[in-house]
Amino acid sequence: MSAVARLRASTNSPYFTSLVTVVLLLIMLGAGGAAYPGFLSEQVIFNLLIDNAFLLVLAIGMGFVILSGGIDLSVGAVLALSTMLCAWLLQVAHWPAPAVIAVVLLLGAGFGGAMGALIHYFKLQAFIVTLAGMFLARGLCYLISVESITIDNPLFVAMSRTQLMLPGGFISPGALVALALLVVAILVARYTGFGRAVYAVGGNEQSALMMGLPVGRTRIGVYALSGFCAALAGVLFSFYMLSGYGLHAQGAELDAIAAVVIGGTLLAGGYGYIAGALSGVLVLGAIQTLIAFDGTLSSWWTRIVIGILLFVFCVVQRLLGATKK
Amino acid sequence: MSGASLATRADAVADAGVRLWLRHPLARPLLALAALLLVDFALVPGFFQLTIKDGHLYGSLVDIVNRAAPLMLAAIGMTLVIATRGIDISVGAVVALSGTVAAMLIGGTMVMQNGVPSYVSRIPMAWALLAAFGAAVLCGAWNGFLVAGLKLQPIVATLILMVAGRGLAQLLTDGQIVTVYYAPFFFIGSGYLLGVPFSLFIVAGVFIATALLLHKTALGLFIQAVGVNPVAARLAGVRTAALTFFVYVFCSACAGVAGLMVASNIKSADANNAGLLLELDAILAVTLGGTLLAGGRFSLAGSVVGALIIQTLTYTIYALGVPPEVNMVVKAVVVFLVCLSQSAQFRQLFVRRTA
Repeated sequence: MSAVARLRASTNSPYFTSLVTVVLLLIMLGAGGAAYPGFLSEQVIFNLLIDNAFLLVLAIGMGFVILSGGIDLSVGAVLALSTMLCAWLLQVAHWPAPAVIAVVLLLGAGFGGAMGALIHYFKLQAFIVTLAGMFLARGLCYLISVESITIDNPLFVAMSRTQLMLPGGFISPGALVALALLVVAILVARYTGFGRAVYAVGGNEQSALMMGLPVGRTRIGVYALSGFCAALAGVLFSFYMLSGYGLHAQGAELDAIAAVVIGGTLLAGGYGYIAGALSGVLVLGAIQTLIAFDGTLSSWWTRIVIGILLFVFCVVQRLLGATKK
Repeated sequence: MSGASLATRADAVADAGVRLWLRHPLARPLLALAALLLVDFALVPGFFQLTIKDGHLYGSLVDIVNRAAPLMLAAIGMTLVIATRGIDISVGAVVALSGTVAAMLIGGTMVMQNGVPSYVSRIPMAWALLAAFGAAVLCGAWNGFLVAGLKLQPIVATLILMVAGRGLAQLLTDGQIVTVYYAPFFFIGSGYLLGVPFSLFIVAGVFIATALLLHKTALGLFIQAVGVNPVAARLAGVRTAALTFFVYVFCSACAGVAGLMVASNIKSADANNAGLLLELDAILAVTLGGTLLAGGRFSLAGSVVGALIIQTLTYTIYALGVPPEVNMVVKAVVVFLVCLSQSAQFRQLFVRRTA
């Protein structure tokens, strides 16, 4: 438990950036509410969750990878491959839906774990291995089918249509799954040996090794977890879109990285909170919603604003890191 | 190419041994290219056929080299960045941005001259090209400032421009594809000089200038020193920050010229799709060419050969009638293999098994 206490004491700066994100989110929502009538309704907030459930799941996996000092560029492509596999297994192979979901999740974890093993055992750079993984997964999508496959499986359609009633509005089952995963992920990061090992490896791999922590198992586990999250995001995305397509979620890996950084996790690894994924994703979603509400701003402003936010957060991290030393 | 590789070449000549020749940094990429061309020779009829029509050279080989031109430029720039242990993933966005600036400034309005319609550019083409090049250099300065000035990790620093760059380009064009009607602009990407595509002269010019800069000045040595050990290089008096800054500016400048080529070739600027995933192909070309991703050892000529390998691979896949989407799977497998072949741990495994 001393590791947690030590962490808490030394993570003043990432805690600070995480807080900045929450304040930023509140300011954005407040500004939206002041400028556009109807912006601050509960349903708008719930829609943020519904529309970005898949991104939240991606960002949770990416959060673990970045905390361990790595990066995973393949998540968007693995997401697309999962939607494609879901669609193909359901529509062409006629498998039962629960089996399809289980197989897809297992394959995602296996894909990530294999990349982690390459990175660990052969000391390859994480970004080039996951880059190749991205090519591979997108290419495999097209090997299954070049066209989009529509899903009409009753379970998937039901998941897409169901609205879970809440006071003031509703959320989708997908959003609920994402939130549940977030809670589990926060607990894993804080209270399990695996979580502590992830922080230790990200902080200083050499020290982690000397402390006798299972560096290899942790690293492979982190990438397997990220692959699992990407596959789960793919399943949620198929619930949401009811189709499998190789072009789904292009550039989602960048959004996920941006969400993690904006959520206050240090890109060098070792510092940050998994909960930051939620605030990061909500900030990205709020930008999109604000631009949609405004109506006069074009969609490409989203990219520019995300770029500016990334820049600001990187610089803030840099300056805080510099003063700490 | 580095000084060390020149030394190995001299050794090879002295010993005249095949094994030493195989150790030359360029040997493996060239062999890979030769193997690919051999496959094409066997499977694609008329692959090596070159014909001259209207004073221009035509044929599959010319086509491959011409299409590889933007990639070769991007790979030359990327080589220097990777040699300093960096990475630049904003190359594609810079390509889109510079193409957009050029296309918007040139445009092309129809004017009736003596009853014959002709197109004139909005501002003199030289100024437009200069502005596009300037925009690319500015992008490079931004990346260089983030990496060398603020000491951000290269992948994160360039991620910012990768995300925002296309947004900026779309902002300029208002989300539209800008079509160019001014004929002289097309010369850059699809013109012919002395019967050979003009784009090749640009690539050759950039390559020779860069090679001279690296070999005739101490720049190549400094870049290698920074790649091998940045701290030691700084302690030895190399101005690491200035060098890093230069390398990113150079990479973006190359991408800018590649962007002009792409825009000129398709006669329009597409902020969304121009140079899409070019950064990945450039990184792949550099790795294929024998440059170490860990920095230090780099080969300019190798990167050009790497770019040719990628384009030949694409051409082969198209020519064989395999669905073009398979290309990505093949590329992925190639990257895995090249990375593994560079890994000391993997080689050790191999040695232990054979021993």
